[in-house]
Amino acid sequence: MPIEYYTFLACIIFGIGVIGVLTRRNAIIIFMCIELMLNAVNLLLVAFSKMHYAKAVASGQQDILTAASEGQLFVFFIMVVAAVEVSVGLAIIVMMYRNTHNVDINFLNRLKN
Amino acid sequence: MTPYSYLILLFPLLGFLLNGVFRNSLSKSAVGIIGSGSVLGAFILSVLVFMEVKGDPAIITLFEFIQVGDLSIPFSFQIDPLSSLFLLIITGVGFLIHVYSTGYMHEETPPHFARYFSYLNLFVFSMLLLVMGGNYVIMFIGWEGVGLCSYLLIGYWFKNTTYNIAAKKAFIMNRIGDLGVLLAIFWMIQKFGTVSFAGETGVLAQAAQLTVNDPALVGITLLLLLGATGKSAQIPLYTWLPDAMAGPTPVSALIHAATMVTAGIYMIARSNIMYTLAQTTSGVVAVIGLATAILAATIALRQNDIKKVLAYSTVSQLGFMFLALGVGAYVGAVFHVMTHAFFKALLFLGAGSIIHGMHHEQDMRKYGGLKKMMPVTHITMLIGCLAIAGIPGFSGFFSKDEILMGAFAKSPVFYVLALGAALMTAFYMFRLYAMTFMGSFRGDTSHTPHESPSSMTVPLIILAILAFGGGYLGIPALFAPDAHWLAHFLEPVFAQSAAITKAHAIDHSTEWVLMGVSTALIVGVIFFAVSKYKKYAHDGAAESGLGKLLANKWYVDEMYDAIIVKPLLGLGNFFTNIIEKAGIDKGVNGVGKGVLYLSRQFRLLQSGNVGNYVLMMVVAIVGFIWMVYYLKL
Repeated sequence: MPIEYYTFLACIIFGIGVIGVLTRRNAIIIFMCIELMLNAVNLLLVAFSKMHYAKAVASGQQDILTAASEGQLFVFFIMVVAAVEVSVGLAIIVMMYRNTHNVDINFLNRLKN
Repeated sequence: MTPYSYLILLFPLLGFLLNGVFRNSLSKSAVGIIGSGSVLGAFILSVLVFMEVKGDPAIITLFEFIQVGDLSIPFSFQIDPLSSLFLLIITGVGFLIHVYSTGYMHEETPPHFARYFSYLNLFVFSMLLLVMGGNYVIMFIGWEGVGLCSYLLIGYWFKNTTYNIAAKKAFIMNRIGDLGVLLAIFWMIQKFGTVSFAGETGVLAQAAQLTVNDPALVGITLLLLLGATGKSAQIPLYTWLPDAMAGPTPVSALIHAATMVTAGIYMIARSNIMYTLAQTTSGVVAVIGLATAILAATIALRQNDIKKVLAYSTVSQLGFMFLALGVGAYVGAVFHVMTHAFFKALLFLGAGSIIHGMHHEQDMRKYGGLKKMMPVTHITMLIGCLAIAGIPGFSGFFSKDEILMGAFAKSPVFYVLALGAALMTAFYMFRLYAMTFMGSFRGDTSHTPHESPSSMTVPLIILAILAFGGGYLGIPALFAPDAHWLAHFLEPVFAQSAAITKAHAIDHSTEWVLMGVSTALIVGVIFFAVSKYKKYAHDGAAESGLGKLLANKWYVDEMYDAIIVKPLLGLGNFFTNIIEKAGIDKGVNGVGKGVLYLSRQFRLLQSGNVGNYVLMMVVAIVGFIWMVYYLKL
């Protein structure tokens, strides 16, 4: 599959994530949208990694095992970070719900004062 | 003694430091002894130096003062006939005035008394530095020093605002002149590469090689002349001197009559060869001198403040000296400096004695009939008046006659005009004399005037003797050939100029006629003045016509105000009110206000709404991407 397919798909998913974050007020949905954005980036990284791997194979590079593996490494990092973020974020949302009985993001502007 | 002549300077400097530093702890008598004694010491040393002086200048170099590239300015003194004569005048008259001051200023509290004497000693120090300086730079240090002391002493009673204004006026007027001197010194450095007077490579020797009316020479001499008009109170910078009478009367006598104001004459006499060669400048000097002599004399005719009369008389006499310098009669100018120092110091001190006796009343309309109450002051003042008027036998006659003859040799027009000024001198001096001493007492009869203490009358008597006899140092060839001691004494100083001018002698019969005519006219004017004013009674009528014009000093001060001071003040007001307030302040405040306004607007962006922040973030990211990929920044 050409790389463009992956990039278009990633862009669409990322765009959905952005629009979701901007338009929705429910904290959990915003959270899910952020996950969408992160995963769009993951998809892009994996796709490029695969592309570079294919190129390396095609050009007959010697150490074929390690070729273009950085992208996949980053993906693991991002997944770890996302997991951490989910746990922290959900904890915040739970606390928020306990305090306000609501998960509306606009309640957070109370922090301003 | 001559190699140690710098010690002359040391005495007044020490006196200044002692009186200045210990002014709070010294008693008045100690201050008086230190102040007068230091000048007496300087006088004795000056006499010793004077005894040894020869035609060739003796140069005493203390150390190298300024050394830049090829230019070297030593801190050196020059002792020659001209400077030794000035040393004697300054320290001699200065000593008498110091003694007089101990009596005149006795009402002051000790610290102020000491302040007064320390200023006076500093003045003597600066003046000695001025005349002893071996080059123009050292002379300029003294030149500035005397200006400073003049300022300090005019404003001595600093609680009086008018006096402070007079002091500032004197200082500023002098600064205008000083600028000329400074520029002249720079020009000399550029042209001659040195500022020393004497020596093979000195300024004067180099200037003597130049052609007549060399442009640089004319420029330098004109700039020096500007300085001289400031210091010696000539047109156009003379207006400070009458105002300088705000200072204590002995100060007026010492600084504003006998010594400091002759600094300009000293400088021109010192640079005589330059002026002789720069004939254009000489003409300017003569015209300025003559114009000042006449203008100031006319003003003096109608002044009622005794010190103002003497002040304008000083300006007028200084004008005579400038006339003499301008027509090349350098000896006459120096001679008149000397005799003028004697009789004008005498007149000022006499006036001080009267003011002292009259309890600080300076208006002559309130005097009258003081002859009996102040006999010593009366006799000495009479001698002073006769001397300044130019009665034969008194010192003023000899020096003024020499100047008149010099003027006649140059042009009869100069002679006639100068004679007119001399007649006016006789008139206003005897108007002063008659209004003060003759008739009946017109003042406040509640306290009678009294004669001054001996510390004041003794200097008066000594000065009266000098004012009478000082003229016999320069007896004209008319009476006795080769009797003009001063001319012989000063010959080496003016030798080069004399060789160029070759003063064409007036034959004796003409001189007799001129002398007879001038003497007869002066005597006539004196009798006229005395008869007119001896029964003077103030009728309270305001002056009118020409008299009003003269009483108001030709409105010169008002004219300067209108032409220079007002426009400058207007410009200053314009800058403070318009440029400062509307321009600079508005600009600075505007920047502050703009920042405040913008921050208020930007603060609205921070709504606290997370959605807004995210939106802005996204917009910014899109914006950056757009910038990078589509604008290729």
